[in-house]
Amino acid sequence: MSAAELILAALLLPMIGAIGIALTGRINANLRETVTLTTAGALAWAVWSLLPAVMAGERPAVSLFEVMPGIEIAFRVEPLGMLFAALASSLWIVNSIYSIGYMRGNKESHQTRFYVFFAISLAATMGVAFAANLFTLFLFYEALTLSTFPLVSHKGDDKTVRSAMVYLGILLTTSIGLFLPAIIWTYLAVGNVDFALGGILEGNIEGPAVGLLLALFVFGIGKAAVMPVHRWLPAAMVAPTPVSALLHAVAVVKAGVFTVTKVIVYIFGVDFLFSTPSSGWLLYVAAFTIIAASVVALRQTNLKRMLAYSTVAQLSYVVMAAAILKPLAEVGASIHMVAHAFGKITLFFAAGAIYVASKKTEIPQLAGIGRRMPWTMAAFTIGALSMIGVPPTGGFVSKWYILAGAFQADNYVALATIVASTVLNAAYFLPIIFAVWFMRERESDAVAHGEAPLPAVIALTITAGLTLAFFLFNGPALELESQIFGATP
Amino acid sequence: MIDISEHLPALQVVVPMLSAGMVMLLRPRGLAWAAATAVSIFAFAIAIALTLTVLEVERQTYLMGSWAAPYGIELAVDAFSALLLLIVTGASSLALLVGYRSLDAEIETERQPFFYAAWLLALSGLAGILVTADAFNIFVFMEISSLAGYVLVAGGPDRRALTAVFKYLIMGTIGATFYLIGVGLIYLMTGTLNLADMEIRLQDVADIKPILVAAGFITVGLALKAAVFPLHIWLPNAYTFAPNMVTVFLAACATKVAIYILLRFNFFVFQPNLAGHDLQFGYFLMPLAVLGILIASAVAMFESNLKRLLAWSSVAQIGYIILGASLVSLAGLSAGILHMFNHALAKGALFLTVACLGLSVARLDLNGIAGIGRQMPWTMTAFVLAGLSLIGIPGTAGFVSKWYLISAAAAYGTVGIALVAVIVISSLMAVVYIWRVVQSAYFGTPQDATTLPREASSVLLIGVWAATLANFYFGLAPALPIELSGSAAALLLEHMP
Repeated sequence: MSAAELILAALLLPMIGAIGIALTGRINANLRETVTLTTAGALAWAVWSLLPAVMAGERPAVSLFEVMPGIEIAFRVEPLGMLFAALASSLWIVNSIYSIGYMRGNKESHQTRFYVFFAISLAATMGVAFAANLFTLFLFYEALTLSTFPLVSHKGDDKTVRSAMVYLGILLTTSIGLFLPAIIWTYLAVGNVDFALGGILEGNIEGPAVGLLLALFVFGIGKAAVMPVHRWLPAAMVAPTPVSALLHAVAVVKAGVFTVTKVIVYIFGVDFLFSTPSSGWLLYVAAFTIIAASVVALRQTNLKRMLAYSTVAQLSYVVMAAAILKPLAEVGASIHMVAHAFGKITLFFAAGAIYVASKKTEIPQLAGIGRRMPWTMAAFTIGALSMIGVPPTGGFVSKWYILAGAFQADNYVALATIVASTVLNAAYFLPIIFAVWFMRERESDAVAHGEAPLPAVIALTITAGLTLAFFLFNGPALELESQIFGATP
Repeated sequence: MIDISEHLPALQVVVPMLSAGMVMLLRPRGLAWAAATAVSIFAFAIAIALTLTVLEVERQTYLMGSWAAPYGIELAVDAFSALLLLIVTGASSLALLVGYRSLDAEIETERQPFFYAAWLLALSGLAGILVTADAFNIFVFMEISSLAGYVLVAGGPDRRALTAVFKYLIMGTIGATFYLIGVGLIYLMTGTLNLADMEIRLQDVADIKPILVAAGFITVGLALKAAVFPLHIWLPNAYTFAPNMVTVFLAACATKVAIYILLRFNFFVFQPNLAGHDLQFGYFLMPLAVLGILIASAVAMFESNLKRLLAWSSVAQIGYIILGASLVSLAGLSAGILHMFNHALAKGALFLTVACLGLSVARLDLNGIAGIGRQMPWTMTAFVLAGLSLIGIPGTAGFVSKWYLISAAAAYGTVGIALVAVIVISSLMAVVYIWRVVQSAYFGTPQDATTLPREASSVLLIGVWAATLANFYFGLAPALPIELSGSAAALLLEHMP
C-alpha cells in the first residue's frame, strides 16, 4: 500500500472495527473481542508501516478536499505525530487484552458499547496525530472528546454522569471558547492554518498579542490539563480503568500535550517564541502546575485520583519542556510523552487489576497486597519508579533530555521545578511501594484473593517491560524526533 | 415549442398559487397532501433550475405579460433570491414529504385540504416576494404569505395557538402597514414601484425628508416581520403553538424572507441615495443584533419548553444574520446571507426531530422527554448532531457561517474584537441550551414509566437524517452556498455609492 493509503487506512480501520464490533456484539462476545484485537493489530500494522518512510525523512501526506479557501481536510505524517500514533495504536493492542480481563472480571454491562466507542476514539486519536493543519486537528480533537464521553459515563449512575458532565463541559467549553478562536485568529493573521516547520506566525503577529494567542491555545487545548483547566481529568476517573489507562493516560491527554507541542513547534515556531518575551509566562504556569498537582496528589487517598493528579503534573512536564524552547528540550518533550505513557498505563493497569481482584480502591487498603499480587505490584513498582525518573526506567531518559534542554537555555526555573517535582513524586510513590511490599495487611481489609484475571496480568507485564525496555532501546524514537530540530542527542 | 426555462420565475409563484385552489377541493385528505407535496417538490425543482441559471448568467428577469419595466411588472432572480428560494421551497418540500403522519395527527381531518391549500398559498407568497422586483408586489405577496401563515399557525390542536396567532397577526399587520406607508411615500416622490427604477429616480428627488421617513417606516416594519430584537415578541409563541411541521417550514424561512426584503430595499434603494445611510446599520442595527444574540440566547438557556427554546434560539440566530449585514462589508454580508442558509439547515433539522418527539410524547418540554434517548435513539442522535451545527462545531454548516462571521467582525476594527467575543460567548450559550436537552433526554429519568414512547416512523426519520446529514455535507463542502452568498453580497454592495 502507498503511504497515502496507509494514512487513510489508519483512520478508517478503527471505524470499520467499530461497525464490526457493533455487529458481532449481538452474536458472541468472543467473536466481538476477536474483532477488537484484529482491528487493533491491523491499525498498529498500518501505523508502523508508515515508520520507515518517516524515518527516512519523508513526510507522507494526503489531502481530501478543501472546505474553505486555505482550509483543507488534510493529513501529513511528521515525527511528532508518527511517534504519537505509533504509541497509541500499539498500546491499544495491550489495552484491549487488558480490557477483556477487566470487563469480564468485573462483569460490566454494555460491553459492546464500550468497545465500539473505544474503537471510535482511537480513530479520532489517529486523526489528531496525522492532521496536517489546525482545522483538521480540531475536528478530530472534538470527535475524541465526544466519543470518549460514553466511555467516561459508562457506569451510568448519577455520580458518574455528573463527573462525566464536568469532563465534557470543561473540554467542550475550552475548545470552543478558546481553542477555536485561537485557530480563527491564526487564520485571519496568516491566511492558512497549516503546520509548517519553523512556524507560520512569525511576521504576521507580534508583541503582547503573541502571548495572548499562546494563552488561547494552551488553555483552549484543555486536554493538556494545564492548571486551571485540569479539573476534567480527575473527574474522568469514574470511567472503567481501561479507559483511564489508555485514554486518560495516553490517547486523550497525550492528544492535548501533543497539540500544544505541535502548536509551539509548527504554528509559532520555537525560535519566534524564544525571541518574544510575552510568551514567557507559559513556562511558569506549567511549572506551577507540576508542583501544585504533585502536592495535591500527595494528599489523595484514592489510588486512581492520585494517579490522575500525577498525570496532570506529568503532562505539564511536556508543556514545560516544550516551553523551554530549546531543541533538546523539545526532543525531551516528545520522548516524555512515550516514557510517561508506558509508566502511567502500567500504573493504571495495576490499579484496575487490584480493583478486579480485591475491589480495593483506596491507598491505605493496599498494605501488604504485594504478597497476594506479586506480578501486578512488581509492575506497579516499575511504573512508579519511572514516574520518579529512576534508572533503569523510561522516565529517566526523558527527564535527562528535559534537563539538558533546560541547561541549554540556562533555565533555572525549569531545573528547580524538575528537582522539586522529583522529590514530590518520590514522596507520594515510595510510601505506597513500601507499604505494598513490607507492611502487613490490615485485618479489616483482609480478603482472600489472588492475582487479577490472566489477560490483565499479561497486559500489565508487557507495559512494565516496555517501561524498562525504553531505558535501553530509545534510539529510534530519539532519532525520529531529532529530525525536527536537527539536534544531536 | 415554448422554451419553458425563461418562464421559470413566473412559474415559481403561479404554480403553487393556482394549485392551492385545486388542493382545497381534493378529497380524501391523503390526496390533498400528495398534491400539495408534489407541487412543493415541483417548486423546489424550479428553484434548483433557477439557481443553476443564476450561477451562470447572474440575473434572470421576466416581464409579466411582456410589458416592459418599469411600466409592467418585472420579476428578477439573482443569486440572493435563488439562495432564499432554495431554502423556502426546500424546507416546504421536506416538511410536507415526511410530515404526513405528524400533520395528520395534529390537524382536524375535514380541515386538512384547506390547511394544505393555505400551505401552498404561503409558499407561493414567500416565493413571490423573492422573485418580484416591484415594491408593491412585495407587499401583496407579503400579505398573502402572512395571512396563509396565520392560518397555518392556528391550525394545530393547541388552543393557545389562537392567542399566539392573534399577537402574530397584530404585529405582522403593523409591520406590513409600516412597509406600505414607506412604499407609498416613495411612490409619492418618484412615481414608480419598480425597485431598480426607484433607485434611479430617487437621485432626482430634491426634498429628501419623505424618503428618510419612508426608510424609517420600511426598516422598522420589516424588522418587525423579521423578528429583529426587540420586535421579536410574536415569534416564540407562534413557533411554540404552531403544528410541528409548520414550525419546521416557517422557522426555516419566514423571517429570513423579511430580512431579504430589508437588505434588498436598504442596499438597492436607500444606500445609493441617502448620504450616510449605511451608518444606521452600524449605529442602529448592530447594537440590536448584539442585544438580540445575547438576550435571546440567555432566555433559551432557561427555557424548558422544547419548541420555545428553539424559537428563542432563532431570535438569536436572526441576530447573527443582522450582525453580519450591519458590518456593511463584503465579508459581513456574505456571512449573514450564508447564515440564513446554514441556520435554515440546522433549525429545520432540529424542528424535524421535535416533530418526531411530538408524535411520541405528551409534553414537549424537558421533563416530558426525560430519558427518551433510550427509546428514540435515532431521533435524539439526530438532535445532537443538528445541535452541533447550531452551536457551530467545525465540520458542520453552522461552523462555516460563524467562521465567516468572525472573520468579518475581526476586520471591523476595535468594535470587531468585542463582536467576536459576543459570537464566541453566544456559541457557548448555545452549548448550554442544547446540552440541557441532551442531558434530559439521555440522563433524565422518565416520569411516566408505564407508556414507553416509540421511535418515530422510518419516513420521518429519513427526513430528519437527510436534513441532519445536509448540515455535515454543507459543513465540509460548502462551496455552493458560499458562492451564492458571496455573489449575493457583491450584488448588494454594487449599489453602494
